Amino acid sequence: MSTDLSDLYQEVILDHNRRPRNFGELPAANRTARGHNPLCGDKVTLFVQVEGDRVEDIAFQGSGCAISMAAASLMTDALKGMPVDEAQSLFEGFHRLVTSRPGEPVEVPAELGKLAVFAGVRDYPVRVKCATLPWHTFKAALAGGEARPVSTE
Amino acid sequence: MRALAAERAPDTLPGFDLERVRADFPILARRVHGRPLVYLDNAATTQKPRAVLQAIARVYEESCSNVARGVHTLSQEATALYEGARATVARFLGAADPREVVFVRGTTEGINLMAAAWGRARVGAGDEVLVTGLEHHSNLVPWQMLCAEKGARLVVVPIDDCGDVVMEEFARLLSPRTRIAAVAHVSNALGTVNPVRRMSDLAHAVGATVVVDGAQGAPHLPVDVAALGCDAYAFSGHKTYGPSGSGALWARRELLEAMPPYQGGGGMITSVTFAKTEYLDPPHRFEAGTPAIEAAVGLAAAIDYLEGIGRERAAAWEQALLDDAVARLPEVPGLTLVGTPRRRASVVSFTLAGAHPHDVGTVLDRRGIAVRAGHHCAQPVMERFGVPATTRASFAFYNRPDEVDALIAGLHAAAELFAS
Repeated sequence: MSTDLSDLYQEVILDHNRRPRNFGELPAANRTARGHNPLCGDKVTLFVQVEGDRVEDIAFQGSGCAISMAAASLMTDALKGMPVDEAQSLFEGFHRLVTSRPGEPVEVPAELGKLAVFAGVRDYPVRVKCATLPWHTFKAALAGGEARPVSTE
Repeated sequence: MRALAAERAPDTLPGFDLERVRADFPILARRVHGRPLVYLDNAATTQKPRAVLQAIARVYEESCSNVARGVHTLSQEATALYEGARATVARFLGAADPREVVFVRGTTEGINLMAAAWGRARVGAGDEVLVTGLEHHSNLVPWQMLCAEKGARLVVVPIDDCGDVVMEEFARLLSPRTRIAAVAHVSNALGTVNPVRRMSDLAHAVGATVVVDGAQGAPHLPVDVAALGCDAYAFSGHKTYGPSGSGALWARRELLEAMPPYQGGGGMITSVTFAKTEYLDPPHRFEAGTPAIEAAVGLAAAIDYLEGIGRERAAAWEQALLDDAVARLPEVPGLTLVGTPRRRASVVSFTLAGAHPHDVGTVLDRRGIAVRAGHHCAQPVMERFGVPATTRASFAFYNRPDEVDALIAGLHAAAELFAS
């Protein structure tokens, strides 16, 4: 396997794709939203339980490519127990990371933690939408869900 | 990987000089991610030989003018080129008369023309339009729209587990209410070659009009509309080694003459007053506005090129490569072919256990290999096989045996990367 591919498919991503965490329905959820990329068929449904100003619990279901599945898995891990305003700023940090220009130096904020494994995605412009789909879906869930599925196309 | 010796396709075919043919396609010399380009996305679009690029440039450099509108020399030359291209397309399809050929932007526009002009006049409430479960969205959605508008019923003939249309069902689902049967010549998602002649005969027996989506047929099989027995056949220039924005709809003269115009404007009238407009005869009745002149000329150059290298020989070579790929792909761990039709052209679709088609596409891309990953604009076909998407390799006559090797090596790498 050539080295540049391993920038994208980091071991952590492959692992979360094979064994997604927080996968399944969340009966206590009080926010849900669906995300769909019509072009590639990635589908994700997010179940969020918000208590006060905190993401008490979060889970997802769906199917899609390794990037989208791992993004949802790692995102739910990161958001669980996090204050909502911190979750919002994490969204922005993640978004900046994967949409920064290929080749340019990028500073990875410490609070991204494990999510830094997605830094390689920016070199694959057509795959950025796969990584951001669960995040946009999370934002929609916080906003009260949307009648139509969120799309990052 | 198993030894390449015995099973591999022959490196050459008598009378077909592969390396010389490849040299005619400038893009085949380029590299992608540092590797030689392996272009296996021919069902999406084919590459264009230099002869096509030169023909397009020549239109602009020597004869750029509008057609059928001027008495000056350039306009006459452009008109002659454009109408000459029509005659070339007619010959290519085995059509009796160039006036049966309407230039369109591609297959999609050709089918929409049939649905709008023929369908609106012929399909009424309670009537039926028959399609197969193999259809590309472009041979499904226009008919769906027509049925919704008219209160007609869209009848879908099922396909079997191999990806072949169930012909007993095709015969059974035809009825005296069937006004139109719309079928693919070749499935873009699975590669299935439909028995169009038999379908035409069955549909004609109930008085239905047969419209063929030839997007994957024209580039890969010899086409003779008389032998196919259909009433209309649409294909895309860009999938037939010609420019994008080119394509043609062939339809029997009686049909075209009975059809009202599809779009109104210049170039399609004989006289216009505020009270009434008289329309030109077909095909010009259906070509309102200035056409894509250089696209039509480029398409004719592609056809001339194809006939120059020999359509039968090119098809035979392509088939040898495809058969080789279909035979060897299952040796990749976790690979399942999607569709194993009786007769196949250009296309092979598959899934790889544990690896989503988009990930497979990315792994292959980094090796310079271009394939399609997705639903191939045929979501009902994907649903029939219970998969959200497939990876699709599609061949053209300029592909090489070692490109099949590269594909299989890339898939081994993908299988290894995503193995659980």
